[in-house]
Amino acid sequence: MAFYSTNEFKGGLKIMLDGDPYAIVENEFVKPGKGQAFNRVRVRNLKTGRVVEKTFKSGDTVEAADVHDTEMQYLYNDGEEWHFMDPASFEQMTAGAAAVGEAAKWIKEQDMCKVTLWNGAPLSVEPPNFVVLEITETDPGVRGDTSGGGGKPATLETGAVVRVPLFVQTGELVKVDTRTGEYVSRAKD
Amino acid sequence: MPTASTETLPLWRPSAPLAALRARGTLLARVRAFFAEAGVLEVDTPILSRAGVSDPALTSLRARTGDGRLLYLHTSPEFPMKRLLAAGSGPIYQICKVFRDDERGRLHHPEFSMLEWYRPGWDEGRLMDEVAALVRLVLERPELPVERLSYRDLFRQRLDLDPWTASLDALRARALEAGIGGAESLELERDAWLDLLLSHCLEPQLGRGRLTFIHEYPPSQAALARVRPGDPPVAERFELYLEGVELANGFCELIDAEEQRARFLADLAIRESRGQHCPPLDERLLAALEAGLPECAGVALGLDRLLMQATGARHIDEVLAFPVERA
Repeated sequence: MAFYSTNEFKGGLKIMLDGDPYAIVENEFVKPGKGQAFNRVRVRNLKTGRVVEKTFKSGDTVEAADVHDTEMQYLYNDGEEWHFMDPASFEQMTAGAAAVGEAAKWIKEQDMCKVTLWNGAPLSVEPPNFVVLEITETDPGVRGDTSGGGGKPATLETGAVVRVPLFVQTGELVKVDTRTGEYVSRAKD
Repeated sequence: MPTASTETLPLWRPSAPLAALRARGTLLARVRAFFAEAGVLEVDTPILSRAGVSDPALTSLRARTGDGRLLYLHTSPEFPMKRLLAAGSGPIYQICKVFRDDERGRLHHPEFSMLEWYRPGWDEGRLMDEVAALVRLVLERPELPVERLSYRDLFRQRLDLDPWTASLDALRARALEAGIGGAESLELERDAWLDLLLSHCLEPQLGRGRLTFIHEYPPSQAALARVRPGDPPVAERFELYLEGVELANGFCELIDAEEQRARFLADLAIRESRGQHCPPLDERLLAALEAGLPECAGVALGLDRLLMQATGARHIDEVLAFPVERA
């Protein structure tokens, strides 16, 4: 079992707290000139996404979390779970809804995703930053209005709903930024 | 831990803007002019010493010479300066680099610039006045208000507890009440609980728009200050805060050699129990105290932090030419 000392703390470090894996968001070293030093950290629970603050006595050690990121290809959803494959080893893994989370709105078969593994099992899934998806439903909109102001909701093939300009129509492909959930442009196949 | 604003700079470049480097030059010139005017002598004592600091809260960096001697980089120039005072130097000051291992953050850097000075025949009150005068001059803020607050009143007024008598359970309960995450599982000694409350709950509010001196510390936090008997006894020590940042620490200096030796040995016992490195005692300092250190008050002020106040910097890297990651 690996441990980190507080003087190794920095943003991004993965540690175990109360049985859950966390990532350090921010580490502040606090010390009176004559007195006890502390590390005051903000940590994100990698299962829930919740950010909390925690203070450690400097010099204390914390168990390292066996968490690492890997690029995997999304294969299919069997109705309950999402199946991914490591493109190098062809090893397959399944992830439940808790791990896939919001990524479910954006990914379709063949997409490469960043899958975060904890003790070898998927903990979270990050979709590609940009995805190209087909619009399955949107109002025809007002003909001739190309100003881009306002926009309208459009449902994509994965079920996600994004705001698109009025001139974009059902059946067209659009590029979306998954980090903001915003329409970027029309896309050609 | 570079700042967001400096981490994209090529590593050969200084992390401080040129304006901050110029401000440092101005600050040093003002400090020297202040002490020239006051008739205080500038001195220069060694950075390397055969004795290291015994304070359990500090870790010395060590260097080994070619012939195998282990020397310690000083954490402050206090011991040799006291030897000069005992030798009859009169009032003295020093500007030097000091070194503290394992200290790195927004307000900490393992090597930093210290201004330290001693006033024979003065008490802590008179020295606090001089510290305030120096800071006002250097920052060009002659109107900056000054307040003094005792350590005990600070805790009583703002946390509703008496730092002399509160139980460990009461200190933990107060930390939990203040929302300090992880306080339920921290294993701390009494003074460390007080440090936790001070650094998390009190410090950020200290010195807002003014110079705030906290003085009359618990005797357990006397360090090298004299303890004034009374009910309760208090350590004649002070700290200066400006805008939530600790700038200086001063003492009415302990001059009793026997008491000093006893405190060093108590420090070393704590270091040993924690598995920390135990450096040799500074017998030459103790010999100087036995020969006779004049009654005096002394103070150490962090110049990088003072420069941060002068330039409005948020992170110490913004006033350092080359922080350790670029050194």
